[in-house]
Amino acid sequence: MPKLSTPPVTYQPPDSIGDFPIHYCPSCAQSVIHKLIAEVIDELGIRECSIAITPAACAVYLYNYFNFDVAESAQGRAPAIATGLKRVQPNKIVFTYQSDGDLAASGLAQTVWAATRGENITIFFINNAIYEFTNGHRHSINASTQFRTASSNGHETYQAATPIGIAELLAGLPGATYVVRRAVHNSCAVQEAKKAIYTALQVQRAAAGFSLVEFMSSCSTNGTSAQCGSLNQPKPAPFYPLGDYKVADIVKNLN
Amino acid sequence: MAKELLKGNVAIAEAAIRSGLNAYFGYPTTPETEILAYMAQRMPQLGRVFLQAESAIAAINMVYGAACSGVRTMTSSSGLGISLMQEGLVYIVCSEVPAVVIDSMRGWPGLGSIYPSQADYNQLTKSAGHGDFHSIVLAPSSIQEAVDLTVLAFDLAEKYRTLVIVTADSIIGQLMEPVELPPLKKPESAVPEWALTGATNRPKKILSSLYLDPTALENINRHMQDKQQRIKADEVRYEAIQTADADILIVAFGAAGRVAKTTVREARRYGIRVGLLRPISLFPFPTLPLRELALRAHAIMVVEMNAGQMVEDVRLAVGNRALIHFHGSTGGLAPLPDELLERIAALHTNLHEILSAGVSKTTSIPLPIARR
Repeated sequence: MPKLSTPPVTYQPPDSIGDFPIHYCPSCAQSVIHKLIAEVIDELGIRECSIAITPAACAVYLYNYFNFDVAESAQGRAPAIATGLKRVQPNKIVFTYQSDGDLAASGLAQTVWAATRGENITIFFINNAIYEFTNGHRHSINASTQFRTASSNGHETYQAATPIGIAELLAGLPGATYVVRRAVHNSCAVQEAKKAIYTALQVQRAAAGFSLVEFMSSCSTNGTSAQCGSLNQPKPAPFYPLGDYKVADIVKNLN
Repeated sequence: MAKELLKGNVAIAEAAIRSGLNAYFGYPTTPETEILAYMAQRMPQLGRVFLQAESAIAAINMVYGAACSGVRTMTSSSGLGISLMQEGLVYIVCSEVPAVVIDSMRGWPGLGSIYPSQADYNQLTKSAGHGDFHSIVLAPSSIQEAVDLTVLAFDLAEKYRTLVIVTADSIIGQLMEPVELPPLKKPESAVPEWALTGATNRPKKILSSLYLDPTALENINRHMQDKQQRIKADEVRYEAIQTADADILIVAFGAAGRVAKTTVREARRYGIRVGLLRPISLFPFPTLPLRELALRAHAIMVVEMNAGQMVEDVRLAVGNRALIHFHGSTGGLAPLPDELLERIAALHTNLHEILSAGVSKTTSIPLPIARR
């Protein structure tokens, strides 16, 4: 009998991901985004100095998945909490993980002002264009043609006109350093998203200012294909074009 | 140390700095704006954190974030800002991180006025947010006491890992008095074991107030209630002036308590045996000392710069042991010693009639807000 050797490890979960059963719905993209963030944190070697802020949303249990320090936020207040943490611990990597109802509706002021101050924090913004936590209500970031639990007529543009483009909005603020929109609907998009996470955290590590990565995500339980386009379409997000919205010169010089 | 002549708001700010304050976050609100302005100047000089937030909501959440780091942190505001901050106050208390808030009370409701008031009593002691909790609330009646209570606030906040509110008003904030400040303390470099400082050579830490398991939440609430009981048992603070032989007992806190001191002195000159119980901790309320004193006193006069918010707590403490009267003002006018003296004199005269007529002490005598 030939002696069996231990097979080489070809794949294993990142150190920054803890051992916890996934609570997200099947085909929800959040677990992919969690993994990408954890992988980048491992690759940058910053797990031991990272502190995350959870949203009041599906991802509130972020602290069960991430294997580093996490604080919890009231809905929308995460950028202010991150500001408090970062100002007293400027050598730590502080990021918030927020979804659209949290960041763009309840917490728009905190988001805009953190960017305006050029706060040296990173925001990972999960946009599935729906209030997934409360069974799919519509809010200001939804497309106006959506039929939702709180908008049965769909076209009530007077109630919630056209969606707010957060990446577009923040890119116009001089304080923002790095603002991009990505998706995670296919492997190419996932790789692009991972690169953006890498850059955003590099920006923070270099104390270069405010960084935000918006991810077009899905809600398999309460969402519809209309909200951000079918995941199989070549253009996954007609209302929310992917791209780089603000890349300050300092970012181009980071390695 | 030598005494310095300082304005209340400045004294409070400097006392906080000398207590080792590491980070101040605020949003300007009359009549406490001088605290923010002083911090803006002094904190950067000392290499500490100062930030003017975009709103009171943001300010308290920044305090929460800094508190998660285990450092001494605070904000200051007035009732309308406290209303906005309530969301953050709950998270601070229920995530069990220490923080200090200074509330400088002014006339309410709505936009109210900028003149002195004590109308935040219920908000601070009973309903500083959703859920079963009370913050520790301390009410100074002089600038020296404001300094001492600010220093104490940081110690209590850390001792119990909770929120401590020091509640002044326009009078305390704007008054100038000679005070002795504590020596300047540097921010503590060692952080408490629960603080979020990065999982270096240790397991991760979480600060959260979400418990979807009903049993877990029940247990957390029991733990919070136990802590509250300890606070109620150990942290009652009050001043009792000439209460031993008092027929009439004034109960008043903060600036109103200070005015009442003069009234006690004046009334005694007329031979009326008046005493003063001045709650220093509004929560925990000095229920037991007041209950004891009510056995001796025939009547109690609650004096407040509001429509009688503390009367409920006095009633709960006193029950039917004494008649309870109320003297209040709500528009931003402080009670004057003479006007209190008139009420006391009338009460003193009536008291003999009431007592000789054998009227039950439980008979309530409705007394409206003082009119001028």
